[in-house]
Amino acid sequence: MSVPRMRVPKTAKKGEVITIKTLIEHPMESGFRKGKDGKLVPRMIINKFTATFNGKQFFAADLQPSVSANPFIEFDAKVDADGTFEFTWVDDKGTITKAQAKITVTA
Amino acid sequence: MSAGSFRAMLSAVSLAAWAFGFMPSSVLAVDAKPPVTAAATAAAYVPKGIPAPPGSVFKTLFSGYQFRSKDTRAMQDDDFSNPGMLALDPAATEWTKVDGAAGKSCSSCHGDATKTMKGVSATMPKWNARLKRPVTLEEQINFCRTDYMKAQPWKFKSDDLTNMATYIGYQSRGMPVHVKVDGPISPWVARGKALYYRRIGQLDMSCANCHEKYYGKHIRADTLSQGQTNDFPTYRLKAQHLVPLEQRLQGCMKNVRARPYKPFSKRFLALEVYIASRGEGLPVETPGVRN
Repeated sequence: MSVPRMRVPKTAKKGEVITIKTLIEHPMESGFRKGKDGKLVPRMIINKFTATFNGKQFFAADLQPSVSANPFIEFDAKVDADGTFEFTWVDDKGTITKAQAKITVTA
Repeated sequence: MSAGSFRAMLSAVSLAAWAFGFMPSSVLAVDAKPPVTAAATAAAYVPKGIPAPPGSVFKTLFSGYQFRSKDTRAMQDDDFSNPGMLALDPAATEWTKVDGAAGKSCSSCHGDATKTMKGVSATMPKWNARLKRPVTLEEQINFCRTDYMKAQPWKFKSDDLTNMATYIGYQSRGMPVHVKVDGPISPWVARGKALYYRRIGQLDMSCANCHEKYYGKHIRADTLSQGQTNDFPTYRLKAQHLVPLEQRLQGCMKNVRARPYKPFSKRFLALEVYIASRGEGLPVETPGVRN
């Protein structure tokens, strides 16, 4: 899995609503597809995405098998103070991928 | 159902038929004037093309991008949301990674890819004087690996090969396609042209049947493109990964119920040289996003 891509503004005004975009590489194998041997390919998807700001969770998503490969997740956040965003992706194998981004609040 | 609502339904149907059936034909004949109505002008999307060079079979060249939906186009336009961009990071690492018995990496000979690979993919497939035949970008990568790095060649459709082709192609993004078709390569162009117009498969179709005669029109729910190759390797939403050109061509061949050519075969090579020459001047879009 490659490094996840994120787009978080470096600075924001206090109380501003910013848009965060994330993109991660993942096959998102649905578990409904048959392989060349005619057997079902085991499900292998990212099932949970969470976003925290300074350790406090403010956004989470449960992903289902119908989500296509390389899930792109976009959401908004209201920023009141300097801090660090942390994004976590968990897949069916239990692999946890984390990424961080810092933001500075300007007056 | 009252008579009034039935009439309303009928007119809605005929409006839809106008939008779907006739809108693309205004693309085909540049000088033909499509009927103008208020509803049509608001809804119609007009693909933007570039004037074709002299001698081209087309009046106007359209990248496949122009025939995609608004959402797909937006996805390609934004480098962040373009999933094909995911290939660049691993390929950039691979570029500097030493592999094979010669103890070399790509960068040992080629240096900084962002400078040395600029414009390379716009001219591929290119004549190779040593092999006395043209080579495609993917083949060239593998020749570098086997001959200079003494490493194993990458397999067709492998992530390594497609990512590297995307990475090299990306360095030429925005540059016009310019494939040399004169000199020793000309017999290959002629052979490619013959293959392009040759009807194959149980459906008895040639490339030209769809991509020359009916581009801009619908094939079931999809819009046919001119079959340009300026966006390859391209991220296909259907496949959910980057697709190299020869895989796409094999897809077309399967669709007309023909037996696809073998990857890296001479026939593919000739066909690719010819198709690239049909897109002379179109900007490279690697990695594109397509249905």
